[in-house]
Amino acid sequence: MDKKIYLDNAATTKTRPEVVDAMLPYFTELFGNPSSVYEYAAQNKKVVDEARGIIGNALGAETAEIYFTAGGSESDNWALKATIDAYADKGNHIITSKIEHHAILHTCEYLEKHGVEVTYIDVDENGILKLDQLEKAIRPTTILISIMFANNEIGTMQPIKEIGEIAKKHNILFHTDAVQAFGQVPINVNDLNIDMLSASAHKLNGPKGIGFLYIRKGVKIRSFVHGGAQERQRRAGTENVPAIVGFGKATQIAMDTMEERIDIEIKLRNLLMKRILEEVPYARVNGDKVRRLPNNINVCFQFIEGESLLIMLDMKNICASSGSACTSGSLDPSHVLLAIGLPHEVAHGSLRLTLNHENTEEEINYTVDQIKEIVDKLRKMSPLYEDFTRKR
Amino acid sequence: MYSEKVMDHFTNPRNVGEIDNASGVGTVGNAKCGDIMRIYLDITEEGVINDVKFKTFGCGAAVATSSMATELVKGKTVQEALQITNKAVMEALDGLPPVKVHCSLLAEEAIHAALWDYAEKMNIKIEGLSKPKSDIHDGEEEVEY
Repeated sequence: MDKKIYLDNAATTKTRPEVVDAMLPYFTELFGNPSSVYEYAAQNKKVVDEARGIIGNALGAETAEIYFTAGGSESDNWALKATIDAYADKGNHIITSKIEHHAILHTCEYLEKHGVEVTYIDVDENGILKLDQLEKAIRPTTILISIMFANNEIGTMQPIKEIGEIAKKHNILFHTDAVQAFGQVPINVNDLNIDMLSASAHKLNGPKGIGFLYIRKGVKIRSFVHGGAQERQRRAGTENVPAIVGFGKATQIAMDTMEERIDIEIKLRNLLMKRILEEVPYARVNGDKVRRLPNNINVCFQFIEGESLLIMLDMKNICASSGSACTSGSLDPSHVLLAIGLPHEVAHGSLRLTLNHENTEEEINYTVDQIKEIVDKLRKMSPLYEDFTRKR
Repeated sequence: MYSEKVMDHFTNPRNVGEIDNASGVGTVGNAKCGDIMRIYLDITEEGVINDVKFKTFGCGAAVATSSMATELVKGKTVQEALQITNKAVMEALDGLPPVKVHCSLLAEEAIHAALWDYAEKMNIKIEGLSKPKSDIHDGEEEVEY
């Protein structure tokens, strides 16, 4: 196939043309700083708040509870570090999970070096948080529970409502990294007892470099980036007006099209999953079958290694991922796949395919055909496969 | 990320396979780090490497270094093969990304392991060859973020 087949939408998505169109005027004729007094610039304050309103609405939150940041990682850092600062009188203990994104895990490791205590809760073989372990981990000094909404590698969606109830019952703040879930599945912060939520525009066909942190009214965390009085004095820096406008537009479209996109993605995903499991021997699907993002497939092919598979797929014009893109450069396989109990050599052979509404059945069928050939080729080279076939 | 030579040896690897009744077989690496290499040697009575085959579980660089290492030792004497270092393998491939240098070490180690197996089978001592480590990643420090 000459056309590029993009199956890495959990890494980033294509910015929708309507979003780009909405953004463009704010680079040129409407370039003003929203903090300026003169009328044409001050109007930009209005468009920023309109975008804020669209996002608040999408979460069932109030407009004033949405704070723009430079992306998901900043939002995660802010939520954790500022909570530790603001609630130091109450305690210094955070509870999170073993399968969080590195924006959470590495922030926790940083905080541990500064005297903060962190408990990392296990997940089951499908990646679902062990709720009994969560409840047992709570101490009088616990000030925050941070559990991701949906996992970026295996797509498992956590029992967020139950976690929110546990947090509320014990009067502990609940933050969720919803970078993979916002705009993809319905979220209501009030129904789910969420106190803080991180998200990023480029995962829902918006621009890169813009995210937000939802902070429930009454949560007293302070500024993480110091300077001017933007974002009601909680996040300094001249607003990234074009990106904020784009984020608002992308959110609006994501909410309006959510149902039909979910239908398309689930149909394609089921086709992909069915064909792989039926036609490629020694393959297993990782993550929960039901509680799962509509567009995510994560599969391990025994006896082969993921990077080889990715390079060969790339040569066939298929863009995919093995574990988290952030994991590459390290020799260790994905911490998520190890946490769900996979042995190292199986975890090394993982492939993540994340679809979007623009993918077609033809693309999916072509991809499976290529995967079959490549897996076969790599297995013929694999000493692990040789040992396995000899033993049989 | 990879040089053209690496891509060539990855996509068209030379000498993939097995040798029945090989003179020496060496398997190195571990699944934890995601690389396992196995090298088969067929060595003549005169001590010349007549044929060599490999199987590798690993990334693009692991496959390419195995392929190149087998090319470099083919037709060489045991002593000549012993002199082929990971640096020579890397140079022959026009370099490797820093994070993949360990793959070339693994290729060197795999050749040594196969030669060691040959020496044990023949009950001879090869000058300059010591018993290969079972795991070349022993003692490596964890990457800190």
